Amino acid sequence: MSQTATMSGSAPTTTPTAGTEPRGPRPKPFFTPKKIMLYATLVFFSLYFLFPLYVMVVTSFKTMPEIRFGNIFALPNQITLDAWFKAWTSACTGLTCEGLSPGFWNSVKITIPSTVVSIFIAAVNGYALVNWRFKGSEIFFSILIFGSFIPYQVFLYPLVMITRELGIFGSLQAVIIVHTIFGMPILTLLFRNYFASLPVELFKAARVDGAGFWRIFFEIMLPMSLPIFVVALILQVTGIWNDFLFGVVFAGTQNLPMTVQLNNIVNSAQGSPEYNVNMAATVLTGLVPLIIYFVSGKLFVRGVAAGAVKG
Amino acid sequence: MADTAVHTREGAEQAARPSLLNRIFLHNLSGKIAAIPMMATVLIVFIGCTVWTIYFSFTNSRLLPTGKFVGFDQYERLFATSRWNVSVTNLVTYGVFSLVFTLGIGFLLAVLMDQKIRFESAFRTIMLYPFALSFIVTGLVWQWIMNPTLGLQGTMRNLGWESFTFDWIANPRMVLFALLIAGLWQGVGFCMVLMLAGLRGVDEEIWKAARVDGIPTWRTYVSVVLPMMRGVLVTAVVLIGSGIVRLYDLVVALTNGGPGISSEVPAKYVYNYMFGGGNIGQGLAAATMMLVTVLIIMVPWAYLEFGGRGRR
Amino acid sequence: MQASVSIKDLSLNFGHVKVLEHLDLDIAQGEFIVLLGPSGCGKSTLLNCIAGLLDVSDGQIFINGKNVTWEEPKDRGIGMVFQSYALYPQMSVERNLSFGLRVSGMPKAEIDQRVKRAAEILQIEPLLQRKPANLSGGQRQRVAIGRALVRDVDVFLFDEPLSNLDAKLRSDLRVEIKRLHQRLKNTMIYVTHDQIEALTLADRIAIMKNGVIQQLADPHTIYNKPVNLYVAGFIGSPSMNFVEGTLNGDTFTSNDGTAMPVGAYEYIAAPTGETKVVLGIRPEHIFVGDAAADMPFKTEVEIEIVEPMGSETLAWTKIAGLPMTFRCSADIDINAGDKITVGFDIARGSLFDAGTEARL
Repeated sequence: MSQTATMSGSAPTTTPTAGTEPRGPRPKPFFTPKKIMLYATLVFFSLYFLFPLYVMVVTSFKTMPEIRFGNIFALPNQITLDAWFKAWTSACTGLTCEGLSPGFWNSVKITIPSTVVSIFIAAVNGYALVNWRFKGSEIFFSILIFGSFIPYQVFLYPLVMITRELGIFGSLQAVIIVHTIFGMPILTLLFRNYFASLPVELFKAARVDGAGFWRIFFEIMLPMSLPIFVVALILQVTGIWNDFLFGVVFAGTQNLPMTVQLNNIVNSAQGSPEYNVNMAATVLTGLVPLIIYFVSGKLFVRGVAAGAVKG
Repeated sequence: MADTAVHTREGAEQAARPSLLNRIFLHNLSGKIAAIPMMATVLIVFIGCTVWTIYFSFTNSRLLPTGKFVGFDQYERLFATSRWNVSVTNLVTYGVFSLVFTLGIGFLLAVLMDQKIRFESAFRTIMLYPFALSFIVTGLVWQWIMNPTLGLQGTMRNLGWESFTFDWIANPRMVLFALLIAGLWQGVGFCMVLMLAGLRGVDEEIWKAARVDGIPTWRTYVSVVLPMMRGVLVTAVVLIGSGIVRLYDLVVALTNGGPGISSEVPAKYVYNYMFGGGNIGQGLAAATMMLVTVLIIMVPWAYLEFGGRGRR
Repeated sequence: MQASVSIKDLSLNFGHVKVLEHLDLDIAQGEFIVLLGPSGCGKSTLLNCIAGLLDVSDGQIFINGKNVTWEEPKDRGIGMVFQSYALYPQMSVERNLSFGLRVSGMPKAEIDQRVKRAAEILQIEPLLQRKPANLSGGQRQRVAIGRALVRDVDVFLFDEPLSNLDAKLRSDLRVEIKRLHQRLKNTMIYVTHDQIEALTLADRIAIMKNGVIQQLADPHTIYNKPVNLYVAGFIGSPSMNFVEGTLNGDTFTSNDGTAMPVGAYEYIAAPTGETKVVLGIRPEHIFVGDAAADMPFKTEVEIEIVEPMGSETLAWTKIAGLPMTFRCSADIDINAGDKITVGFDIARGSLFDAGTEARL
């Protein structure tokens, strides 16, 4: 059908004669000074970001004599897992010398229930704020968001008093409650914005069909909110796993999370420091959030940017 | 605030003129029950605890919050304590540098990432992964890298560069910049992601229009795109700022306030007095000062953002 | 006289997807060309290539006789108006208009004079100090046109400029653009998917499909002598009625056996022997009442649905066993269920080869 396309207009045209005239795409040399600068800068910053990870991992596989020789860049002469075993099973965290493993399990015991409870409460809350608004609900929400910027130190002591009165200070319940409280602003915002983006006709149709608060939540809203749940999950698991302050204040000596134990291994160690054990312990503590980060990829980016950009 | 909720069945089954009590408690009952955790958090924690902290900061409580009312005594003592004054100075210095560099480098990296580069997702992964880590992990890694004898400095000297000096962590005048290097390492990637989202949110036709107008790329970024990103910039400043005020874990892990008290910060001061020093009144006064600082930053912002025109 | 814009053998691929294929187009000085087609037909892509916003894969583009294939957009002598207006939101209208000129280092007096002229032509003088956020959609689009105007160029490119406006404003601004063209006499290339805009504005319309120009002609020719089945179906609302059948000499026989005389139909090339064809008749070329009596072909039909449109009435019926629509004056009283006589003249319609879909 291309013959129709060549039907020329009424205006006669001057035909270009030179064969070397520009034709086709603009010539684009692969190496321009601009491009070299661009990639050089990106590579420079990448090295800055990667360097600590490299040092951390390499050091953890070395022996102490090799470390004392003093080249943090060098690959280990011989890879040894001794430091890793010691960090996991027998490094001293202050009074006891059981390694990081108890801290790991404490962190698991804190993270799982805290994540589940905080996400569930925030999801229901966000749903109520969008579809079941009542007088004053928006004021409460505004204070909630505003309160999230207040330094935790302001609430710390009164919360200690409250949990002590309730008889749960220094227990897992206390940490779970605290994480639920301080996760609520960002998670509620996340769910509120998400539910508000769903078509309101869906909710109205369900109301007309006679469904109530919980039935609509569980049968209509939840099945549609999988992506936002994943985002919230990533946000909470990494956030709670990485927490230090609440763990050290509220968990009690029996339940200290991994971050606190790690800090104790490195910073309150007696005798000569074992840097390979320290770095192995550090890698171990960073492993859970790193795995989540690398597996979740773009969702993690969405998670960290979600509340922020829309907020 | 309009009650826009669809009338609930509970509401519909009320008598024609429900009593005031019914209107407050029974109307939209499920919604209210669902919001109980939020209301409790707001009333008990965000309002109640704040008031409690402010009130007891005016007492001479030591081991238990039972002291007598002593007016501004705790605050006078606070500002007479060199450790507090160093903490505040440190926070301001660190805060200014951190804010400027995080925003500056974050924006620069976002612009570079926006140039249709190859391996974009690899670069993003590399820049953002530190953000997934705990401040404790970040602090300990950098503590090791900055170890004067066995870290970067020792390595360079062993390799023959005798004058190489990177002992900031042990140098009272430079220790804040050691904190800054670690803090930037963790936070810049996040700022970059925020900014990149902002850049990508700019209508593509704006870019086309600027090209037709013959505006150079850098000029378009500065004169057109950056002003359009006001919302993202404000968000970034607020998030970075509230992170700075909370600065605690990183200091504990990297320097533990040392050498001496040269890298102390307010959050650490509060913690140490409350749970270590047995001087609750003093810790609460310091916490209240942190609150006041945040309010001084937040209230004008909230007014500009939501005041005047009403919320949204 | 040389062509204002001339496109030679232009191709564009995104990876393996061919968006434009060996496209040629010559546009005369001062001509108003509309690129019309459904979304994804390549019309906006073509415009972006002319503007220099997209790199072509092959071929050349000439503007005012100069090969601009490798030139930057600002050096091509074009101004462009976008669907989303693309105004710089933080700048006042005046600064929006003058930004490009200021960056290029033009003397201030000249800038002021150009901005003043553009503002006067578009009647946006009272708005000069306002920010785009405080303008209505129509006002924004005027400012966007103004930004092209101050560049003092010969070729204006419009990329669906009215698509974000409501129907009333759209028809107002349409007239305004036409007036602007009459006053400035610039070459204008205008992309739209709205056939009314195309028919009302264009000197010539280029109808595109899958990256190929199907027909390039004035609106009257496009409407009355569509070059193939695609163009015939795309232009016109309600669309043309189609009847499949066979052509043998002077008689068209529909598939259900109804024979109709072809009459004075003007063939491009008359087929010989028996040919499978598709007959196309526009709804307004089917007549009722007295007018039907004069037609070469008439038949009695039953009215199924009547849609009064105010100025006219649209009726649905069946001819030769196929659904058909026809238009008649609103004064004629017809109702669903009526049996009336309708007639038409194939000479006013179009015949297409059923195989190649090309006009006969």
